[in-house]
Amino acid sequence: MSQIKKFIDNFGYTRIIIILFLILLFIAAFALELQTKSLISGILNRAGMNMLLTLAMVPSIQSGTGLNFGLSIGILCGVLGAVLSIAMDLTGGRAFFVANVLGILFAIVAGYVYGLLLNRVKTQEMLIGTYAGFSVVSGMCMFWILAPFKSPKMIWPYGGRGLRVTVSLEDTFDKVLNNFLLGQYNGIEVPWGLYGYIILLCLAVWLFSRSKTGIAMQTAGSNPRFAEASGINVDSMRIIGTILSTVLGAMGILVYAQSYGFLQLYTAPLYMAFPAVAAILIGGATVRKASIAHVIIGTFLFQALLVVALPVTNAVLPEGNLSEVVRIIISNGIIVYALTRIGGGE
Amino acid sequence: MSLLQNIKKGIRNNIVPVVFTILCLVGAIVAQASPFFLLSSVVVRLARNLLLVFSLIIPVVSGLGLNFGIVLGAMAAQIALVAVTHWNITGLGGFVVAAILSVPLSILFGWLTGKVLNKAKGNEMITSMMLGFFANGLYQLLFLFILGGVIPMVNEAIMLPSGIGIKNTVSLRGIKYALDDVIKISYGSLTIPILTFAVIALFALAIKFLLQTKLGQELRCVGQDMNIAATSGIDVDKMRIIAVIMSTVLAAWGQLIHLQNIGILQTYGSHEQVGLFAVASILIGGASVTKATIGQAVLGTFLFHLLFIISPMAGQQLVGEPQVGEYFRAFVAYGVIGVSLALHAWQKQQAQKDKLKQEI
Repeated sequence: MSQIKKFIDNFGYTRIIIILFLILLFIAAFALELQTKSLISGILNRAGMNMLLTLAMVPSIQSGTGLNFGLSIGILCGVLGAVLSIAMDLTGGRAFFVANVLGILFAIVAGYVYGLLLNRVKTQEMLIGTYAGFSVVSGMCMFWILAPFKSPKMIWPYGGRGLRVTVSLEDTFDKVLNNFLLGQYNGIEVPWGLYGYIILLCLAVWLFSRSKTGIAMQTAGSNPRFAEASGINVDSMRIIGTILSTVLGAMGILVYAQSYGFLQLYTAPLYMAFPAVAAILIGGATVRKASIAHVIIGTFLFQALLVVALPVTNAVLPEGNLSEVVRIIISNGIIVYALTRIGGGE
Repeated sequence: MSLLQNIKKGIRNNIVPVVFTILCLVGAIVAQASPFFLLSSVVVRLARNLLLVFSLIIPVVSGLGLNFGIVLGAMAAQIALVAVTHWNITGLGGFVVAAILSVPLSILFGWLTGKVLNKAKGNEMITSMMLGFFANGLYQLLFLFILGGVIPMVNEAIMLPSGIGIKNTVSLRGIKYALDDVIKISYGSLTIPILTFAVIALFALAIKFLLQTKLGQELRCVGQDMNIAATSGIDVDKMRIIAVIMSTVLAAWGQLIHLQNIGILQTYGSHEQVGLFAVASILIGGASVTKATIGQAVLGTFLFHLLFIISPMAGQQLVGEPQVGEYFRAFVAYGVIGVSLALHAWQKQQAQKDKLKQEI
């Protein structure tokens, strides 16, 4: 009995609740005779779409700055890269590549500045990261409206100033990864290209965490005093973690956008950090500990929940948007839970 | 010390309000707004928002930081308002019933918030913010599915056509200006709701008085140092819960005053920005995470809402796009919170470093 309790404690109550809830939803989906194949395709697609944004949490947690609530800063770098690549009139894979290169460059600069900020506000990184992200998003709103872009793909067709709220990527890099090596198995779609790209990046992050710098960064994160004593520059390690997280945020939003088919400007990135935070927490990460496995498990569980909940709740309650409410409760509830566990874990 | 040095010191200590005063002045000149128009708009907004901003003071004094969880108080008020509208109790009576009804709800919400925040010591602010988002989900669950779905409720005026859930906007015609109209002075477009301001002033005095009592002393002691408070026999957790409960109840009443003036309840939106705007207001007034006074709350609310009125007008004049001004004020609200929280955290870190150096 005590072993069972220990197992549950290790595994985490929240994860058990989420898995039970998910099983319940699957049973309901079968009972309602929903299209299992399209559900599975949906889960695979949505998990791939969001995986990199969740992966961006790993370096920031490992370097000791906690969950990166300011992920929207990285997201905006990626969006800016995409906007510039559209303005250059590029298409297809080349547009995606240029957007990534530009996005990464912006993210390195932005991540460095953000890292400097986080080093001055130790122990309050998550709160200040949130508001740093919020203010940058609303500051960029002014940029989108005032920036002198001329490309007809992005500005309003008749009158109206500034860029559109959502820019269609149909003529640029819509689904470049999703359609690359798309496998069809009995009606189940597996976007191998997308997953290849994600696995490559997961592998890169994993390899980095095994490298000398990566191990130093993790030491700085888990035990700053010990790290300091053994000659590691804790502050610069935290900056490296923040830069990596911001870069992954920029790359992540480009993967998200190519899969979604639209680039979302203005206030859309405001709350984009929260689902990524919730996903990695559902995967079993804490504010101090995170691994690639947490990213993969968490993103699949969270996205599966969202994908299956939508048709199930719509079948039960056609009016209203119950699945959206469920999403708000679960994702924010899990973040609150994690925050109350910080002190208890020590 | 010479006068000049005094002024210099005064400006340095109140840099945030000074900067925002200058910003407002420049904005007013650019926008070419008439001072009378600005005054009358700002008076309305002061009456609407002051109590909500006051509700932040007690948790700051008690060391919990800025309570973004006042959103839960606003939710309690809105639940009470929907009930009052449903029962069709109108006028000042309806307002008073809503005020009474919101008390047990906000005490419950405040107690729960306090319990959660006690488990997240050192991270109260972000936890209270996330708790607000979480509670918003439960609030939507209540208003979209439980009312009419689980709890039987029939009312065509405020419910969705399907009979389950509350409409997006609920007209509060019954209690619009219920408090404002009792005693008021009008002069052109300027209307001063005397009774509303009297009620607000009463709460300001009550907060001041409370902080002088034994309970207030204990709250302040907890705010200064939890360990010292605990060793001197104060039940720290209980004090913190009391502080949050008082804040939540005040926020509920503040939201009632706010909504009786506006007269329309955006069922799923009225409460969302309450925490953000109140926190930004009090910070603009020169408050910090550990220090907040009634004066700072009043000054900050005045400056913040002045800027709120001016920035779309200035945006229109400068670039011919009022939208820019609206984004600008969102930027200011988020930015001012971010910057002042960052400054505070930085100062604290610096102080700790100095202390360490001294010990060595």
